[in-house]
Amino acid sequence: MRVTLHVWRQPGPELAGVFVRYDMTDVSPDMSFLEMLDVLNQQLLARQDDPIAFDHDCREGICGACGMVINGRPHGPRRATTTCQLHMRSFPDGAELWIEPWRARAFPVIKDLVVDRGAFDRIIQAGGFITARTGSAPEANSLLVPKADADLAMDAAACIGCGACVAACPNASAMLFVAAKVSHLGLLPQGQPERAARVVGMVAQMDAEGFGACSNHGECMAACPKEISIDFIARLNRDYLKAVVSHPSSVVRGDGGSNG
Amino acid sequence: MAVTGVILFLFVVAHLLGNLKIFEGPAAFDAYAEGLRTVGAPFFGRGWLLWIARVVLIVAVLAHMWAAIETTRASWRARPVSYRRLEPVETTYAARTMRWGGVLIVVYVIYHLLDFTFGRVNPSFVPGDVYHNVVASLRVGPVAAAYIAAMVVLGLHLYHGTWSALQTLGLNRPPTGGWRRGVAAAIAVLIAGAYISIPVAVLAGMLR
Amino acid sequence: MELRSRIPDGPLEAKWERHRSGIKLVNPANKLKHHILVVGSGLAGASAAASLAELGYRVSCFCFQDSPRRAHSIAAQGGINAAKNYQNDGDSVFRLFYDTIKGGDFRSREANVYRLAEISARIIDQCTAQGVPFAREYGGLLANRSFGGVQVSRTFYARGQTGQQLLLGAYQALSRQIGIGTVTMYPRSEMLDLVVIDGRARGIITRDLISGAVSAHAGDAVVLATGGYSNVYYLSTNAKGCNVTAIWRAHKRGAAFANPGFTQIHPTCIPQTGAHQSKLTLMSESLRNDGRIWVPKRQGETRPPHQIPEEDRDYYLERLYPSYGNLAPRDIASRRAKEVCDEGRGVGPGGHGVYLDLRDAIARLGRRVIAERYGNLFEMYQRITGEDPFQVPMRIYPAPHYTMGGLWVDYNLMTTVDGLYAIGEANFSDHGANRLGASALMQGLADGYFILPYTIGDYLAQAKPVTVDPEHPAFHQIRGEVAERVRRLLAASGRKTVDAFHRELGRVMWDKCGMSRNAAGLKEAMGRIGQLRDEFWRDVHVGGRGEELNQSLEHAGRVADFFEFAELMCQDALYREESCGCHFREEYQTPEGEAKRDDERFGYVAAWEFAGLGKEPVLHKEPLAFEAVHLAQRSYK
Repeated sequence: MRVTLHVWRQPGPELAGVFVRYDMTDVSPDMSFLEMLDVLNQQLLARQDDPIAFDHDCREGICGACGMVINGRPHGPRRATTTCQLHMRSFPDGAELWIEPWRARAFPVIKDLVVDRGAFDRIIQAGGFITARTGSAPEANSLLVPKADADLAMDAAACIGCGACVAACPNASAMLFVAAKVSHLGLLPQGQPERAARVVGMVAQMDAEGFGACSNHGECMAACPKEISIDFIARLNRDYLKAVVSHPSSVVRGDGGSNG
Repeated sequence: MAVTGVILFLFVVAHLLGNLKIFEGPAAFDAYAEGLRTVGAPFFGRGWLLWIARVVLIVAVLAHMWAAIETTRASWRARPVSYRRLEPVETTYAARTMRWGGVLIVVYVIYHLLDFTFGRVNPSFVPGDVYHNVVASLRVGPVAAAYIAAMVVLGLHLYHGTWSALQTLGLNRPPTGGWRRGVAAAIAVLIAGAYISIPVAVLAGMLR
Repeated sequence: MELRSRIPDGPLEAKWERHRSGIKLVNPANKLKHHILVVGSGLAGASAAASLAELGYRVSCFCFQDSPRRAHSIAAQGGINAAKNYQNDGDSVFRLFYDTIKGGDFRSREANVYRLAEISARIIDQCTAQGVPFAREYGGLLANRSFGGVQVSRTFYARGQTGQQLLLGAYQALSRQIGIGTVTMYPRSEMLDLVVIDGRARGIITRDLISGAVSAHAGDAVVLATGGYSNVYYLSTNAKGCNVTAIWRAHKRGAAFANPGFTQIHPTCIPQTGAHQSKLTLMSESLRNDGRIWVPKRQGETRPPHQIPEEDRDYYLERLYPSYGNLAPRDIASRRAKEVCDEGRGVGPGGHGVYLDLRDAIARLGRRVIAERYGNLFEMYQRITGEDPFQVPMRIYPAPHYTMGGLWVDYNLMTTVDGLYAIGEANFSDHGANRLGASALMQGLADGYFILPYTIGDYLAQAKPVTVDPEHPAFHQIRGEVAERVRRLLAASGRKTVDAFHRELGRVMWDKCGMSRNAAGLKEAMGRIGQLRDEFWRDVHVGGRGEELNQSLEHAGRVADFFEFAELMCQDALYREESCGCHFREEYQTPEGEAKRDDERFGYVAAWEFAGLGKEPVLHKEPLAFEAVHLAQRSYK
């Protein structure tokens, strides 16, 4: 099959970017989207052009490295599918595809389609954990977790940290990402002691990173390759309100759970 | 946003309940309008509570607008370079029109106050004769049309607003969690529909 | 070079406890003076970095991904073994130990494997405490599933994403330390060389993948947790970035490389569809519980599968292994698949595939039950191939998946270079010639949480903290060498892309040093690799500059190392004139075509010492003594 690509090319963070058009022929419908870009990159290298930079690693939809906006949809048109798992047969022959990086102030472009998602790591560092010093753990079955809670926690824990939620949000908000981690840990008994500090710390960091505010469009959920529900955002909000009411001082300090 | 929204929502509901007394006839409606001023007596003086309510409302409106402007600006800041195109998938028309809808509602409220409270744009305005003022104004086609249109906008605003508030206030506990969309839609339709019934009734000649 | 395994004396059950109690301790006040460099942030690296920081050491952690959370451990699906005996089915530390050592075809150390089994239970405790959402029973207790090659149910899991959840647990523990400031994290940083001063590992040279800056990091000890090298085959189930560079560079600086030829080929992967293929995707082995594997009896069969009648199908695993049937161990299932394909009976594009047919199971259990069990796998298969497994039997083919070989380490997980440690898949320690399912996660976390944090103290307590600063001449020199290599790669103004070279290398390795090997093929491969390597340096075109994000350059460096390493791998496979586990030498098989071990001649670990490029590496042997288990021929008939 044939496709026409318009790829965002930006040589560096401070440099201006433009869409560059590439016409591809002989694209196999069995190729993954990234394999199609691989082929294009081989062609670019062969004619001494700079290949397109894009993040990718596991190519099986779990590491969260890949991600680009394809025709206005993060990870492309298929629901519950990362870019690496998207195959060219999802597109009609002769398709015209506009490919852009995630766009958010908190995710600055490094080069072409590669963005810096360090903000997500810093949010986790601000409280997205359970403090359990190695060696101090009690016998695993001494803690009972109702199956329903464990299953729901797993739904939230499925987040791969790809950033599609931010990319899809009209406000570039990171609420779904934060909500997923807050809910995962908050649903488990192990997560209770730090529950208030965690949510306050993570939300404070999220705000500091310059993400936008959630206005409940639900686009994040639609773009999420793991289909994480925005119900978790409601849960995050409830936890946050509770924490603010019960631990107002932690809000003032904004000191998450990093209490070494 | 959610807290001020809830206050305004309660006002919209209260206002509607009052308005619907118009179907009980001129006397009941005018008595209700007068009653708003004497409510709370003898503890409160005439109009005191009404003014307190007005102050709360004005503050809520201003805070609501301020919050809206702040979140809008935060959103714009959060995405300095915009997409060539971002394809909406999940979001609703109501959600996408919150900002402009809000502006339209403000514009309409101003007109509405000029019409019914201050009587500036109502040629046959009679202070105190509330029933007459309403019917006289809404009998004019374009005025009724504007009223209806504004209520549709309000309905959309309420639909996303209610859903949003339930989300923001974290009210998603089972078993009601799954009904939030439906509940929000039902409330919005009910309120907008009830408001719209008034101009429709006037135009249909049921209220004269 | 001398291989001192430092295996403690005493009965097997008491070795670790006794050793641990005898390890010299580092004065808590001194810990902060010790700076430990951890390279890699997968299960082993992240857990080690977090645990070391909790102990009070100063830690720097490096990963080439943009975030430590993306290390390839994240892709492990099935589960993690632990001898908890929660199912009351008679599991025990000894049983887990025995299964692992037998599964590895008696080519691993008893003491290490026993320790692994001992620690396994604590890993589950630790991960649960961190909030890993393991599957639960209705009563709220942890659930287990059974897994290939064993008869007890001891595998803990979190849906099909066990690796992800365990890694996120370790990542979160690491993040906490980064937040406190006890760990300095260097994402998008690739280790390109090791600095050894006076026989001790003193630091590493890294390249910042964004700016291209080559910099030196000094430390008191270096821990390599950089995973396996399956990508030497180009097509594997590993992530695209997985590479041998860190351990290969360490090898060139003096660390012995053990059993490089032991590589595991996983039987149930989705076959290649065309020349554009960039990687292979694994499908859970659990499909073999209900699926039947077959190929047409006739060569060159052209009928679609559903038109091939029963009498024209060859359910070859059921035919050859009546008692284990489709559940034969990984190495056997893989080899038999290759055999039937080599006979020209393979299916799908290029004839590289066999059918995994759930038709009978669907008929027996109903579509609903099958959808419940395998729904997400079916979806993934359909997404990749465009075929619906409910309608058409799946096609599967073996793919490189895990490498048992790695840097040689002693009981303390230290390599032959003092102060240099290797943990997780990067070392050779626990899986012998074949790894059992759900054991890799166990080993990575055992090393990182519960072994290295103690054993590294043994070295640090004895080695006074010497402040080596990155301005030491050795750092300057090696940094210069690294920079020069980068320059050379960029300067080669050839015509072929890095990817093209990598594919070619992969094909040679797959054909000659893959599922089955023979002396002639291995010799041929070694010759071919040498040619390709020369051609690579002459004719590669990398493109771009060194002072920017340059993914082609990253790849080029890794492929250059694969070219050097591949030769050692073939050398090891050639030298080992026996068949064991995943290492199948065609010359050494039983009349029924099974692996024929030679414990007399090859009952040892082969540890290779680097002697210079183009020179024959020096073989050192660590004899394997089996006291607790009886060596037996594996039989799955």
